[in-house]
Amino acid sequence: MFLFIIKRLVLLVPVFFVVSLVVFLIIHLVPGNPIDNLMRAGSSSAQRVQIAAKYGLDRSLAEQYFVWMSRLMTGDLGTSIIQGRPVGALIARNLPYSLQLGGAALLFSALTGITAGVLAASFHGTRLDDGISGLILLGSTVPSFWLGLLLILVFAVWLGWVPISGARGWTSLILPVIATGVGGIALVARVTRIAMIETARQDFVMLLHAKGLSPLVIQLRHVLRHALVPVVTILALRIGWILGGTVTIEYVFARPGLGSLLIRGLNQRDYPLVQACLLMLAMAVILGTLIGDIVQAAMDPRQREERP
Amino acid sequence: MRAVRAMPMLKAIASVKGSIAGLYLLFLIGGALFAPWLSPYPYDQQDLTIMNQPPSLTHLMGTDEFGRDVLSRMITGARTSLSVSVTAIGVSVLSGLILGAACGYFGGAFDRVVMIGVDLTWSFPEILIALMLVAIIGPGLQGVVLAIAIAYLAQFTRLTRTQVMVLKGETFVEATVNLGAGHTHILFAHLLPNALAPVLVAAMLATGDAIILEATLGFFGLGAQPPTPSWGAMMSSGTAQLFIAPWVILLPGLAVALTVIFLNLFGDAIITALDIRTKLREA
Repeated sequence: MFLFIIKRLVLLVPVFFVVSLVVFLIIHLVPGNPIDNLMRAGSSSAQRVQIAAKYGLDRSLAEQYFVWMSRLMTGDLGTSIIQGRPVGALIARNLPYSLQLGGAALLFSALTGITAGVLAASFHGTRLDDGISGLILLGSTVPSFWLGLLLILVFAVWLGWVPISGARGWTSLILPVIATGVGGIALVARVTRIAMIETARQDFVMLLHAKGLSPLVIQLRHVLRHALVPVVTILALRIGWILGGTVTIEYVFARPGLGSLLIRGLNQRDYPLVQACLLMLAMAVILGTLIGDIVQAAMDPRQREERP
Repeated sequence: MRAVRAMPMLKAIASVKGSIAGLYLLFLIGGALFAPWLSPYPYDQQDLTIMNQPPSLTHLMGTDEFGRDVLSRMITGARTSLSVSVTAIGVSVLSGLILGAACGYFGGAFDRVVMIGVDLTWSFPEILIALMLVAIIGPGLQGVVLAIAIAYLAQFTRLTRTQVMVLKGETFVEATVNLGAGHTHILFAHLLPNALAPVLVAAMLATGDAIILEATLGFFGLGAQPPTPSWGAMMSSGTAQLFIAPWVILLPGLAVALTVIFLNLFGDAIITALDIRTKLREA
């Protein structure tokens, strides 16, 4: 197990370099001269040279990457052009909000999704199964930002139960968590349902029935335990998706976080900020997938032996 | 061969789910195609004396913050949203078919390099890939088309590759090789036509996701630029009026959700009719 984790960690190094290279190149792939994008309207040519020197744009690409990377290693993510503050500080202030929302949403979609999947599988072929499957389809097709707006309209504006936006207190977390998690529920429930139905057809389940165990015990203690392996796999993949979802939802609820920071940066063409946000989100996705892999390997010994 | 192919399509339309979904999609495509003639008002006609009016007989879906007719904007928006998603997925499928077929058929170092790229993008949510690309290309419809196309490329490449690899081992391909057929003939006349069905169904399901992605990018203000309406852009400008004129946001969102549901139902009916569920799950 220890060796497995080390191997996975080593595999992360090339991935990190490729991702960092892509993120670094963003500012250079933008059509036109990056300096034009960095300058505000009405800047003189003297300011132009100054900006080029400030961002190191007068040096070669490889040199620039090296400088950017070595600064990154010391935690210096550059300075936001529009807000004029260190990007590192902006990220540090916003990251906890994103982690809070992402974690809560993941937990919410896992618990609700598994419950819905178990219910649908236990009542396979009945109206309840059809109803849950229908709701699942509905949940996976509604755009999450629209659901967020709908929730704001009903629960915050009309009913006034929760704050409309922002991040003050735990009540402001309820609607964003639901809006982010719904897409995940659909996926988790679908996988749980199919895995439960397929497991229930296996021979050992018939033996358990023959032994005289109650159906409830068989479903929850034996079938669910087997069915959870693919569910955890999906959830591991979903960690990245939940993070992607938080980007949208943060913007809708005007919550601080990496997502709102990224969207604002994109709209204002604040490239150092965009680069840093994308790098952080990409790293979060990669680390999330790694954690998922490790959890999966811990649950299923075959995983850690077969794969490098 | 052709006649046999057409049968599952008819069978899909004949099923209850398939026929309802098919009708809706036909209705939507018709609306999008004939948008200029179907809209009761020009989509950009402003009238500030009737700002934020609720739905009424003269404006069936109400008006927005500039007094523009929401129904007309919805119809023209369908045109933008559909053409963007369909073009993007079309580009993605074509490139995916070529890349995937080359990978699956020739293998080797080329296959390995492409698969590293595919695996790398695979774990990232499409919205993040799309945002990264929009950051590079810049906001606007062209950027969105390209971003969506690249975001889904990995999926189609992988699906085509798996199909071609499976088919490559079949006896009929071996027979064709023994008859002296060249690579091009085998690929285009034998492998790709047989690999096409699962890819096209996956493309249909992906179009639904692409509509959501387009709406999301539009909502961020990164898609269609005003005054061009798209469902996402309508919701973006409608956020400020959420409390006074909720219909400006509710209706486009409903349109997105309905379209995606019916695309899924229709795709599902075709999957059942073609009996390719296992093929889709393999990839």
